[in-house]
Amino acid sequence: MTRTIEFRDALREAMSEEMRRDQRVFLMGEEVAEYNGAYKVSRGMLDEFGPRRVIDTPISESGFAGLGIGAAMMGLRPIIEFMSWSFSLVAADPILNNAPKMLYMSGGQVGCPIVYRGNDGAGGQLGSTHSWCVEALYSNVPGVKIAIPHTPYDAKGLLKTAIRDEDPVFFLESERLLSVTGEVPEEEYTVPFGQAKIVRPGKDCTVVSFGRPVYFCLDAAEELAKEGIDCEVIDGRTIRPLDIDTIVASVKNTNYCVVVDQSWSFASPGSEIAAQVHQHCFDDLDNYVGRVHSDDVPAPYAQNLEQEMLPNARKITEAVRAVTYNA
Amino acid sequence: MPVKTVYETSIEHVSILDEHGKFDAKLGEGLIPDEDVVKLYEHMSVCRHYDEVAFKLQRSGRMGTYPQNMGQEAASLGAAYALQKDDWFVTCYRENAGLFWHGLPMEHVLLHWMGDERGNEIPEGCYCTPLAIPIGTQMLHAAGLAWAAKYNGENRIACTFFGDGATSEGDFHEAANFAANLDLPVVFVCQNNSWAISVPTKIQCSAPTVAQRGIAYGMPCVQVDGNDLFAMVKVIRDAAVRARDEKRPTFIEAVTYRLGDHTTADDARRYRDADEVEMWKKRDPLIRLRLFLDERKLWTTKKEEALQASAKEIVSAVVKRAEEIAEPTTNDIFDHTFAEIPPNLRVQRSTLRTHSLGQDPSPLRDTQAASAPTR
Repeated sequence: MTRTIEFRDALREAMSEEMRRDQRVFLMGEEVAEYNGAYKVSRGMLDEFGPRRVIDTPISESGFAGLGIGAAMMGLRPIIEFMSWSFSLVAADPILNNAPKMLYMSGGQVGCPIVYRGNDGAGGQLGSTHSWCVEALYSNVPGVKIAIPHTPYDAKGLLKTAIRDEDPVFFLESERLLSVTGEVPEEEYTVPFGQAKIVRPGKDCTVVSFGRPVYFCLDAAEELAKEGIDCEVIDGRTIRPLDIDTIVASVKNTNYCVVVDQSWSFASPGSEIAAQVHQHCFDDLDNYVGRVHSDDVPAPYAQNLEQEMLPNARKITEAVRAVTYNA
Repeated sequence: MPVKTVYETSIEHVSILDEHGKFDAKLGEGLIPDEDVVKLYEHMSVCRHYDEVAFKLQRSGRMGTYPQNMGQEAASLGAAYALQKDDWFVTCYRENAGLFWHGLPMEHVLLHWMGDERGNEIPEGCYCTPLAIPIGTQMLHAAGLAWAAKYNGENRIACTFFGDGATSEGDFHEAANFAANLDLPVVFVCQNNSWAISVPTKIQCSAPTVAQRGIAYGMPCVQVDGNDLFAMVKVIRDAAVRARDEKRPTFIEAVTYRLGDHTTADDARRYRDADEVEMWKKRDPLIRLRLFLDERKLWTTKKEEALQASAKEIVSAVVKRAEEIAEPTTNDIFDHTFAEIPPNLRVQRSTLRTHSLGQDPSPLRDTQAASAPTR
């Protein structure tokens, strides 16, 4: 049986089910308990699990990010909520310098099974400092897994996988997607890491994305279909591990590729995917791999500028037209 | 509106065995049984010799870098002695004496500084964490370990060490605030050794004591002579009881001195006075402990000679063990990055040696997957 629920409910179901299943799992972050979460993701969890397992913290990102590592080293399974991934920058030392290196630096002995999760990307007029897309920065670091769902179904399934994972997982949600609804089974399921999903099959051009921009890709594909360009849209679902196989198989079929990534272009998941596609599909490609990113400027505050700066359906449409010699 | 005082406090300084060997019997009698004082003195002497040997290993090119512990042995050793074996010992890198007492095999620290991550492997039943080299990160981990112990209903505590310089880091303040707010069983031990590499304590902290930094977080604070093993045992015991029974943290400023350089990459003569070092040499924790033993007729020159001979034997066996361990293999770096090696690392692992041969540096598939070693 499936029902239609919001993205935020899918996240909460994943956490609550895992907390029921495993006493080692707990949720910690700013306002997650009494206030039900700044974005109501953890609504009702304090009532069900009590203050021992749903913990309000001081405004102290480095503090709870690091405390979670200690707890994970002792075998617990912390879920650490950043109200926004933009705020994780002050916790760079624990999340980048400790958690992903703990296993290696302990000679393979002590891993760090921890989930850091929260809102990533432009939330809508939050200004430059609160609109970070951290995936480019953080995916550069070995030892980290990064999941970035775009549907409630994937959000729930991937988050459950994240909580069960033995390694640190950065789980990137989007404030703009929290109210999006979608079908989610009532039955237990998980979505494995490293398996991209073809969300729209097509034969003319492969369009690869992850997270919120997948919706823009689907909009663009509809528009392009009217012009007779049939796009295959792939949602990577996790950036690390990256399912390059699915992407390569698609490009070998379509011979064209556009990568859509909401981070800045320089040294980003988009540039990595483009490089890998160039390498593995060199003889199959009929043009360079096109890329759509946020423009190389701080996220603007003004609504019209923000939308222009981010990837959007218009930019994607233009990129596909250009790459497929339809411009 | 009248002005009134809303809060007043003071900081106590605890000293039991001073640098002249003067012993405060009222505070110190019965604190450590005589036979244990002898063992602790012996341990500290072995650790001092270990420190000297490690320094020479570095100077002779057999070790990368080494931070000497010389002069600071009492602080961590007193703590380790006062703690239970299953308490967490969460250190930075000047706590060798305490770590070894707490159960870490001595070759592990050498191995670490020789550049082998396996030195950070902690044996079963030894509750230490990998040496924390970035300044301050371990305090948050200690808070997390204590939090997990409390969560699991275990009556264990975490004791964490850091220098005076680390109290300027945000990590310290966040860990202290957390520990106090969440009622965590943590003992914070600041080894104030006067110098953060070349930066004197007065640049880290404008307050008269580092100890009072804990007051702001609502936790009991005390300053202690960190070169006084007896005083260390006393303050750690008090703090441990508070942590274990009341789930409250304590902040301890252990006043000590780094007799050596910051690390072998440093030359402290460039920035500190020889007179200052000479003054602190007289306050060496080993010297006063020996005075105590002599005073109580617990020690003889003959025993000292035997101890020095045995220290040499112990340490040379430790060096031999550390140097005999086979070099880490390239598989380790790939195998220990994730719990299970992902496809891209599998490819990198299997092609590491073929890059230079002009072969495809990164095939989509791991062509040697079948023969690639797995953990």
